[in-house]
Parts: sequence; C-alpha cells; structure tokens
Amino acid sequence: MRIYLDHNATTPPDAAVVEVTTRVARDVWGNASSVHHFGQQAKAVLDEARGQVAELIGAEAAAVVFTAGGTESDNAAIRGAAEALEASGRRHLVTTAIEHEAVLNTCKALARRGWRISVVPVDTSGIVSADAVGAALTDETALVSVMHANNEIGTVQPLAAIAELAHARGALLHTDAVQTAGKIPIDVTRLGVDLLSLSAHKFYGPKGVGALWVRRGVRLAPFMTGGRQERGRRAGTENVAGIAGLGVAAARARQAMAAEAPRVAALRDRLEAGVLATVSGAERNGAAAPRVPNTTNISIERIESESLLIGLDLEGIAVSSGSACSSGTLEPSHVLKAMGLPHARTLGSIRFSLGASNSAAEIEHVIAVLPKLVDKLRNLTLAPRA
Amino acid sequence: MRIVVAMSGGVDSSVAAALLAEQGHEVIGVSMQLYPSMPDGRSGQGPAASATGREYGTCCTLDDLHDARRVAAAIGIPHYILNFESRFDETVVSNFVREYVAGRTPIPCSHCNSELKFAALLDRALGMDAGALATGHYARIVRDERGRFHLLRGRDAAKDQSYFLFSLTQAQMAQARFPIGDLDKDTVRSHARRLGLRVADKPDSQEICFVPDGDYAAFVEREAPALTRAGVIVGQDGRVLGTHEGVHRFTVGQRKGLRLSSSEPLYVLGIDAATARVTVGTRNALGRTTLSAASVNWTSGQAPVGWQSVTAQIRHRHAAAPARVRALDASRMEVAFDEPQTAITPGQAVVVYAADEVLGGGWIE
Repeated sequence: MRIYLDHNATTPPDAAVVEVTTRVARDVWGNASSVHHFGQQAKAVLDEARGQVAELIGAEAAAVVFTAGGTESDNAAIRGAAEALEASGRRHLVTTAIEHEAVLNTCKALARRGWRISVVPVDTSGIVSADAVGAALTDETALVSVMHANNEIGTVQPLAAIAELAHARGALLHTDAVQTAGKIPIDVTRLGVDLLSLSAHKFYGPKGVGALWVRRGVRLAPFMTGGRQERGRRAGTENVAGIAGLGVAAARARQAMAAEAPRVAALRDRLEAGVLATVSGAERNGAAAPRVPNTTNISIERIESESLLIGLDLEGIAVSSGSACSSGTLEPSHVLKAMGLPHARTLGSIRFSLGASNSAAEIEHVIAVLPKLVDKLRNLTLAPRA
Repeated sequence: MRIVVAMSGGVDSSVAAALLAEQGHEVIGVSMQLYPSMPDGRSGQGPAASATGREYGTCCTLDDLHDARRVAAAIGIPHYILNFESRFDETVVSNFVREYVAGRTPIPCSHCNSELKFAALLDRALGMDAGALATGHYARIVRDERGRFHLLRGRDAAKDQSYFLFSLTQAQMAQARFPIGDLDKDTVRSHARRLGLRVADKPDSQEICFVPDGDYAAFVEREAPALTRAGVIVGQDGRVLGTHEGVHRFTVGQRKGLRLSSSEPLYVLGIDAATARVTVGTRNALGRTTLSAASVNWTSGQAPVGWQSVTAQIRHRHAAAPARVRALDASRMEVAFDEPQTAITPGQAVVVYAADEVLGGGWIE
C-alpha cells in the first residue's frame, strides 16, 4: 500500500476525468475546426470545457486559451507579450528568483536576445515583497511575471499589490497559477492579473493540457503559429479528449474546494507539526502563511535528500525534494537557495504535498516512520574495514 | 535477501541483476551518476557505435543510465540513480590526474572499486537495508568453513577482473556478490538474449570510463593545465636526447611519441616528475625482476610469513608470472620474479595469486 505525498508534482486522474477523456477519445474524435457534424460535436466539448475552466478562475470563457500545459502557457504568455511589445520600446521584464524554471528559463532565453531581465530576490519567508517588485519596475517594463504560489514551499505571493504597481508603470502582470488553480479560490479580476497559466494534471486532470487566460484587450503574439485554432491565439488541432478532462477536473476542483481545502490543510498541519516534533534538526522552509493548504517543505539536518527520498520510497512513501523537474542533480533547489538558506539546509530538504487520497491514518504512519528512517541514515558509517 | 545491484547499463551488470532476481532475491537496481548532465544528454562523452550501428554511451553516461533503467523495467525491479559526481571526482578522477602528473600510470578502476563502489555505494546499499551489493564483475568470492573470504579469478580467464578488486577487505567481501563470476562472456550474453534484454549485444566498454577516447594525456592537460610542464628526455647515461611536453604523456615501456631519432628503438624506462625527466633505453633495459609495492592489501586476510611462491600480475593485460613475495612491513611488499618482466610501471598494481586466488596486492612504487 503506497502513500502518495507528491501532489505538487502531479495528481492521479479523477475517475470522472478518466471517464470523459476515454469517452471523448472514442466517440467525439472529430476535428473541432471542421464545418460538419463531427467538427461541431468536438467544438461543443471544447465550449463546455472552456466554460468550466473560466468558472474556476472567475473569468470569461472567451478569454481562455487551451495549451499543452503550464509550461506552454508560461512560454506563450512571456514570449507572446515580449514579441507584441518589443516594437513599442519596452524591452524589460521583471520576475522573481523563486519562479518555476518554465518562467525563469523563458526569461533567460529572451535575455539572450537582448531583453533586460530583473530578478527580484526573496527572503527566508519565500514571499516576494510587492515593494521590491515595484522598485524593479521601469518605464520600459513590458511584463512582470510572479507566480501565484511557489511549487516547492507553497507560499502565496501578493499579486493584487504587485498588479497595482505594474499597471501604474504600464506593464502587464502574468502569473503562473499552476500550483493554486484548483486548490484555492482564484478570481482574476480581484487578483488584478492580465495573464494566468494553469495546468490540468495538478488538479486531477490529464497531463499534456492546460490553459492560458488572457485579459480582454491584452495582445500577445501567438507562441504556436499555424492554423487559426483558439481564435488565432494558439495553432494546432485541439486535444479535445484532454481538454474535456481539463474541464471536468476544473469543475470538480471548484465544487470540492470549500470542503477539501480545510481538510487537507488540517492533515498538512498535523504532518508538519508531527515531523518537526519527532525529527531532531528539522525545520520548515518558508513562511507558514499565506500558503496553499497542501504543502510543507522541511529541511532535515545531516541528511541527504536523495537517501531520504529513496528510503521513504522503499517504505512505500512518495515525496520529493527540490522540484520534480530538476531532480537528477544534487544541486540545491534554486528556490531554497534564493531564500538565502544556508547551504547545508538546502541539501536535506523534503517537500510533502498532500491531496485528495491522503487520510489521517496515512499521515500518522508517515510521522511514525520518518524519525526511525532519519536515525538509521544518520547513523550509517562507511562499511567497516578489516 | 534484499540485494542492491550496481547497474552500469552494460550486459554484465544487467545479467547479474536478472540472475539474482530469478534466484528469488529482492533486487534493487542502482546506477551511479558520475558526470554532470549536459543539455544534449551525452554528458560530454562520445558514443560508441556497435556492430549493429546503434549508438550507446560509454560507461555510466546518461545513455547508459537509460539502458540500465530499461533493463530494470524489463526484469521488474526498482531502479534508482545515485548522484556520486563529486565523490567520483574526488576519489577517482583527481587521483588519476595527480598520478599522471607525478609520473605514474594510475588504475582508476581499482580505486573506484575500493573507494566508491564497495565503500560509498555499499554504504548506500546497507542504508537501503540490503544484505549485499552485487556487481557484474568477472570474479568470485568464496567463503571457507572458518568464515574467511577468498577472492578468486573469474571463471572466464579472458574476462577476469580480479586484478581490479585486490583492495577489497574481508568486511567488504562479506557484503559483495559477483553473480556472473562463474560464467563466461558468451554465457552471459546468451542469458541476456534469453531474457530479451536490449543490451545483449552492447559492446563492452574497454577504456577508462571517463576518458572514452583513450587520450589520457589530453584529459590530464584539460584538468590540470597548471601542473604539466615540459622537460628533457635522457638516456641511461644521463645524456639529453630530446625534450617532451609533460611527463603525464608517458608510461614505462612506451615507445611511441618520443620523437627521438636513434638506431635502435627506445623505450621509456623511468619517469622523474620532480625534475620532469623521462629516461629512455633499449628494450633489454626494460626487464626487471624485482619491485616493491605500497598500500598493500592482503585480500586473503593474511600476510605471508617470509617468502611465498606466487604468480604475480603487474597489469590487467599481463600473464601472471612465477615469483616470490614477502611483506616488507605492515603496508609494503616486495616481489621477486623468476624471469625479468617488461615494463614494471609505478602506479600500476601488482597482484599476487596462489593459483586462482588473490592473496593480495599493492601499488607499484
């Protein structure tokens, strides 16, 4: 029996999601751009899903563009805004040191083409200061990109305050909301953002599909060029089955949120408190609030994350350290590094991200297992030599 | 028993893992990541093409890790990649460079075995609650009725790798397994084919894993440019015959690359790194009958009392020759060959055998 505590990496598909994606793949296989009956059926599926995603974020359906996932949405937002605004003389981007690599590496790619990038630092709270972002703005800033919540430590960033500052300088605000969509309520009007990325597989939808919300009136150069799908904003024959899954996942997440968020927050709080109490030399990374309800990132002294991850996996407990996308290296997570944590503390960090499948019994089991495993790994010495 | 198998992505370790799984052990496959990964996934090492034209990485590149992962999935065992980049650099690569700069010819594979695989990796295996660490080495370990462990040559004499394992201690051997040590290469490959493993026809990696093109001199120059310096080549009488670009380019017994004109072929007899002098001479000067070795490990667990008759091997590709060995002190040994041996090379290992058993070995001074 395995215990899955890596929901920020991905989530299992909801049964209703599997049902709709299978059914649509089998029965509604038309090309949504076709004029005939088969195209119309497919288009209807897209329309329904578009509405479901829009409702999840308090937006108009027409402003939702389907993409192949959070990374594509980030690329489309940043590259699309950059290309559209280049001619106006605005060649400056502002972002933060704790963004996902999909945002950071896209900014770096633009830097290689002559764009100026300001990366606003954070402190040990893992929350960027709106004033610090404001201070980085210039009259040449085209776009500010600040994630809604950080995937490694879960802290929620002050988007509304940043939006005000960005707009005052004539800059757009993009947010990577991949880790908040489906977890906490989102209202794009209240947040003040102009662009928002989300990804289905983070809220029990399928992988390979996501969305970019684009405020009416914001012009982006399309990232995927070709045919005129998605009203000319994203070319490519639509992944109708995947998008259907995204829609159903969005609808279910929205319905479940009011009950699920506090439930999982209580489990997360119990896990965090339990680990900090029973494992010596353990500390939480990042502020306790505001955070998404499911995430806790804990550093454990005198332990290498790799050994702990494997040890927990052999016990049937799935967690991660750093972020899934950058595993395979022993470099400390860029997020923990950016927070200014001492090097040793960045090497023994574990991220627990809870979800719908987790129960109180599972959490108690993890709390029971972890300290013994940590002790064993700490006491390991090199094989005795004769 | 739970056994961790070190999987390089090659056919030997793949079959080792598969056989242990077939025998009913709870097998966990691990691969060591030894080089930083690069965007093109090749870790900066060039691929080697097999006879079938497919491309493989050389040992332990990302391509090999991929092969190891695929084999693990095929035989149904979990697979983990352990990042040993910095340890590998510290214990194996740095030692390799230092030895060459010091005018010696190192064997990184032996250091990797005793300081990485059967040390750090064994440690991790024990941390995974495994009872043993297995590798695909052609060697055998036998336990006698008194509980002592004996390291023997692999049954396939042509593939025997016991030479590289002489540093194993009794404690390390207690927790080591060599599942293919009793098999010959052809049998190993036929097991791989029987199991449908895609690596059945993968060519063996022949070179030192982190210098796949075999150009050790260039590697040393890249890694330690400040430490290499030019010097002179002298004859046995001390007369200067030529110059060279660095002692790291030479090994005892070498004939090529001297760029000297002489009536007879000349061979490197000795290297003095302190003065950057390379001494050369004719072939018959290459033969020596004695050597001393340091950092000796008596693998069998016991140093000989006085002189003992053995066969002694001074290179991997050397037919062990009749000799006598005795311990000089706690950490050194002296070997006297019955017949002169060509190119006894400082930095290489001398391993002494009683029949097929490794009695011990040390680093040639």
